[in-house]
Amino acid sequence: MNINLTLIGQTIMFAMFVWFCMKFIWPPLVEAMAARKKAIEDGLKAAELGKEEHALAQKNAEELIESSKTQAAEIIANADKQASVMIDNAKGAASEEADKIKAQAKSELDQEVAKARNELRSQVSTLVMQGVNSVLDKEVDSKTHKDMLSKLSQSL
Amino acid sequence: MASGELTSGEYIKHHLQNLTFGKFPDGHWGFAHTSQEAADMGFMAIHVDTLGFSFVLGALFLFLFARAAKKASIEAPSGFQNFVESVIDFIDENVRGSFNGKNPLVAPLALTTFIWIFLMNTMDLVPVDWLPVLFAAMGVEYLKVVPTTDPNATFGMSIGIFILILYYSVKEKGLGGFVGELTLHPFGKWMMPANLFLEGVNLLAKPVSLALRLFGNMYAGEMIFILIALLPFWIQWSLSLPWAIFHILIVLLQAFIFMTLVIVYMDMAHQKEH
Repeated sequence: MNINLTLIGQTIMFAMFVWFCMKFIWPPLVEAMAARKKAIEDGLKAAELGKEEHALAQKNAEELIESSKTQAAEIIANADKQASVMIDNAKGAASEEADKIKAQAKSELDQEVAKARNELRSQVSTLVMQGVNSVLDKEVDSKTHKDMLSKLSQSL
Repeated sequence: MASGELTSGEYIKHHLQNLTFGKFPDGHWGFAHTSQEAADMGFMAIHVDTLGFSFVLGALFLFLFARAAKKASIEAPSGFQNFVESVIDFIDENVRGSFNGKNPLVAPLALTTFIWIFLMNTMDLVPVDWLPVLFAAMGVEYLKVVPTTDPNATFGMSIGIFILILYYSVKEKGLGGFVGELTLHPFGKWMMPANLFLEGVNLLAKPVSLALRLFGNMYAGEMIFILIALLPFWIQWSLSLPWAIFHILIVLLQAFIFMTLVIVYMDMAHQKEH
């Protein structure tokens, strides 16, 4: 237990250790801890912000869905309406067309009938002329009586 | 026991003798082979074991902490970094609590004293004969394992603290302020000698009490371990185990007290108004 040079050696060693600690150990560790603290704080803040944004986005999305739903319903209703209108239109057009076709067919038929009647008439008149010719022979001049005959056939 | 031939007294004496390297009275340098030789060397000697163990422990502390500081990760601190950070937090809290000035030295100083003294004290928990016998087998005659049971170590540290106290007292208060603090209290300027005596004792008591408290506690603890080691080997555990468990508390407590007092003394040195 003698006091000797160890005392001075120990003091120097102590000073060196403290210097080393002050230079290389304390500052980086404290800095790292401070940086972590800041990172955690920032992270929490960002998370809070993200949460808020998420809530907002969800709200927006819900609104969007709601509005698109109503829009879709409108579109469907419009389409239904349009479809029924189109069907009605088509129905009208079709019946018109049918009427037209019917009218055309009828007029064609009428024409045919008239034509056939005319033909028949002319044939009858020819036939009458032939019959009359053969009955009257020379006494009737076909030329002079032709007018009368055609009038006759016309009245048939 | 180190060897059966020793008496109890010799055994204890052997355990309390440092490994001393110094200047013999006749002028040549060498290791002391007896306690008497070591005592004859006087001041011109060094305790190789005290310096060696304290250096190894201090370097261990600095190495581990510096490595943790270098690898300090902000995102994913490893296990040891967590431990280091909790120590740093603990020291920082203590410094914030007791130290009101602004000085980047105080916190690292407190950390170094705390961990270093803690490690040196912890050497007390190594069974008293292990390292001396191991080193004896390598031809080392004396070995005192616990540096803080050597007053040279504790006084060495407290002298360092004392220098810092003086330096910061003068730096913060000015030479006049510091001298005034020593001479104008507590009795006013007409009682200067008495004031100086009282304040001088107060000032000197700081390093002395710091060193002696640590040394006394560790020396007493070590002594009890040595006494327990004198008992028959089959009964030693019944005393050494409870004492070791109790000593864990002392080891930590003494390191903490030393650190706290260092912080308090540094704070006093920085206080401008007395």
